Amino acid sequence: MKTNIKTRLLIIIAVLVIFVFGIFRIPHGLSGSALKQAILENIHLGLDLKGGMHLILQVKVDEAISAETDTDVASIQSDLQKNGIAGATVSKPDPSRADFIQVSNVPASHASDVRSILESSYSSRFDVSPGVGNSWTLTMKPTVESDAKQRALDQAIEVIQSRTNTLGVSEPIIEPYQLGSYQILVELPGVDDLGRVKDVIQSTARLEAHEVIGDQPWPDQQAALQALGGAVPPDAELVQSVPGAANEGSTTAWYELKKIPIWGGTDVRDAQPGHNPNTGEPEVDFYLTTAAGSKFSTWTGANIGKYMAIVLDNRVQEVAVIKGQIGDQGNISGGGISEQRVKDLSMLLRTGALPASIDFMQETTVGPSLGADSIHQGVVASIVGMLAVMIFMLIYYKGAGINADLALFLNLVILLGFLGFSGATLTLPGIAGVILTIGMGVDSNVLIFERIREELRAGKSPSASVDQGFGHAWTTIVDTHVTTIVSAAILFIFGTGPVKGFAVTLTFGLLANLFTAVFVSRVIFDAHLSRKLHGEPISI
Amino acid sequence: MELFHEPKIDWLGKKWYFLGFSLIFSVSGLLSIFFWHHLPLDVDFRGGTVVRVKFAAKPDADHIRSAIETAGLKDARIQQPYGPPANNEVLITLSLTATSEAALDQGRATIVSALSQHYAPGAQSQDKLDLDNVSGSALASWLQQNDPEHLGNTADAQTRYQTQADALVHFRDADHSGIIDSIDNLRGTVDPAVLTALQQNAWLSGFSVRSVEIVGAQVGKVLQHQAELATLYSLAGMLVYLWFRFELIYGVAAVVACFHDTIITVGAFSLTNQEISLTVIAAILTLVGYSMNDTIVVFDRIRENLRLSRREPLADLVNRSINQTLSRTVLTSGLTFLTVLSLFVFGGEVLRGFSFALVVGILIGTYSSIAVAAPMLVAYQDWRSGRGKGATLPAAKKARV
Repeated sequence: MKTNIKTRLLIIIAVLVIFVFGIFRIPHGLSGSALKQAILENIHLGLDLKGGMHLILQVKVDEAISAETDTDVASIQSDLQKNGIAGATVSKPDPSRADFIQVSNVPASHASDVRSILESSYSSRFDVSPGVGNSWTLTMKPTVESDAKQRALDQAIEVIQSRTNTLGVSEPIIEPYQLGSYQILVELPGVDDLGRVKDVIQSTARLEAHEVIGDQPWPDQQAALQALGGAVPPDAELVQSVPGAANEGSTTAWYELKKIPIWGGTDVRDAQPGHNPNTGEPEVDFYLTTAAGSKFSTWTGANIGKYMAIVLDNRVQEVAVIKGQIGDQGNISGGGISEQRVKDLSMLLRTGALPASIDFMQETTVGPSLGADSIHQGVVASIVGMLAVMIFMLIYYKGAGINADLALFLNLVILLGFLGFSGATLTLPGIAGVILTIGMGVDSNVLIFERIREELRAGKSPSASVDQGFGHAWTTIVDTHVTTIVSAAILFIFGTGPVKGFAVTLTFGLLANLFTAVFVSRVIFDAHLSRKLHGEPISI
Repeated sequence: MELFHEPKIDWLGKKWYFLGFSLIFSVSGLLSIFFWHHLPLDVDFRGGTVVRVKFAAKPDADHIRSAIETAGLKDARIQQPYGPPANNEVLITLSLTATSEAALDQGRATIVSALSQHYAPGAQSQDKLDLDNVSGSALASWLQQNDPEHLGNTADAQTRYQTQADALVHFRDADHSGIIDSIDNLRGTVDPAVLTALQQNAWLSGFSVRSVEIVGAQVGKVLQHQAELATLYSLAGMLVYLWFRFELIYGVAAVVACFHDTIITVGAFSLTNQEISLTVIAAILTLVGYSMNDTIVVFDRIRENLRLSRREPLADLVNRSINQTLSRTVLTSGLTFLTVLSLFVFGGEVLRGFSFALVVGILIGTYSSIAVAAPMLVAYQDWRSGRGKGATLPAAKKARV
């Protein structure tokens, strides 16, 4: 019996040491602040305690589809031209359907040619079907469409990841948000410059060069629409410019641009902040990839005298007349661009464009001061709650109360050590989970002690009563733990961030409680009983 | 020490009082849900914008409102004081209609800029640094630019300024809840040269944005749906577990008691017009599991006693079982209540709803295991024997607790 107790005591001490190690690892010192720092290094705090930003972003994947079908429209047009088919119009008739292309007004003599072109080159990605008159409709295949959308989402996640990396955010979480479709969950702990971070994330940073149709811009959108007879041609678009786009001092204006860019977002190879050699104003110098550069050079060579616009995120930044061949570089200035903006913009262009623009669906920002206060309040509430419980147990159960308090203390150590080992995140509701664990954990001791008292009243010997007490209370303790853990599991499945943290601490607190309230308490009782004479009363 | 020494209380004799008590609370809660405060939903579910601002001095709600209205936001709701009045905190809420889905964060930006303008003492502070709201990195680069210690543009200077900026932000956020009372208080936190520079070129706006929550309609709806599903699943989970452990009728009685607790807890939120947030739902689900505990203890004893004495009238047997387990029922709930109460008192505003749900729920949950679940078993048996089918309440195969 004695050696048995010794082995069990050793197990308990080993567990204690292991989990204390989990909380502190090897601290740099034993002073209060060194220990505090050690705890903070090992236990991950959630956004609501550390301060930071939680975002849910919607990637407008339809834009990515639309950009793809725009390219297809252009390529069908050039295919038809190459085959000498004139007069047919290729368009996307329904603005709400990005996946739908119509080829209409096909001359009857060319009907079979058009059909064979469409079927040979486009049927792998589109469902091609004949429509009324000599027309065809192309609907993007659902698998192709969902692949493209998924690609857009993946790309967006990648781009946001590299952008937040350059901002120096530590331990960011950027992943698909499962509750929405094509949404991204972004968690940026410890970020304190929220406005800038949001700008950096949200900027599409799509830099494009477009041909300007006509040479005169309009002062506002209405005038532009009037001049165009009420509607923008299908292959063109109206884009607003920033002030100073045409020349120094020019005001904002609307330009009619060719919809298909000369080169686009993915063609930028590098971008660096720089200064205009003449004016000294800050500017972004960008460089195109070799392929796009040579394409651009050919195009500018063939279009000398025409106007060209550099468009960033649907705003014309620069308009210039083409004076000669332009190679693979250019710059963005004007609009009173600031040094900070030039730095950020270069970074954005380097990390690449977002494949589609992004909407904010949800934003939760916790300032670091609130996080610090929350930690403080959580710790105070835990200590007060724990002391209240411990003092009550001492008064109510006297000697056995010490037993329960030791078990409770070990329970807390195991829970915190588990948080340190597992890397699970401690959130503010998680601290509440710790407090609840204290309250619910001690319930197991109460169930056991009450049963022991009942057995003692029935006239059994102390050791038999302890034995019976633990034996009988065991199933009830399992029952009560199972019901609470089932609730916590459902919370874990359905909950988000902070609530998940609560479910985690509560579950592991209660699991640890099975060990402390049943095993540890029992060992303490046995050790105590083994020093007493048979039949000598115990304090309970 | 003992709280209850062999109590002999006739619980079932008081069942009409219990029924009345339960009815009053659940019906008044339901009436409030349907006709009075309805279900006050938190921004998590309802959508909209909530900005929590702390002020250096006692804020004036009318001033804040007029500042925000001047900026063009008409239907802002201002809750003042938020939390203990000594904290000088205000909660500014915008409904979803004021913030369109496309420009979700406009409302926040407007509120912050309206407050800055309102609290800016004249134009003199236009170009000055607001130490109450500046970020650590912005402060560090400001210091580098102004270089009050004349260190030049070196790596050493950068670290030196960065360290001081961090110390200042730590002083403000970790030690003083986000507000600096006076720039003079920074003496000792930063070097004297930096302090002088700050005294000359920085100011304190006297407010600090502590948290912002912006939720779009779509996210809110998804979360609401999730919360409903989770509540249903956990009630069903309990039913299945008790069915498996006992018999169906025990499970039904326990789930009815649980449902009763949930309605009264949710009703308490409606009656007191407190908002139900995601964490409140978490608390309610935890209660579903926890209030099952007392019920299980009582049921276990009923079943054990049924096995021992089949001839005793069921009402007496249930009474005896409740009395035998009374001290542990009251003690376990009481101890958990103690910790939850500590959370309610000391846990702060963020967890107020969560701990309120637990405070109410634990009280009601304990009451319902004695006053709802156990009498239901007797009522079930009376109903069966009334139909001439005899007593069929299943007994335990094996004694427990």
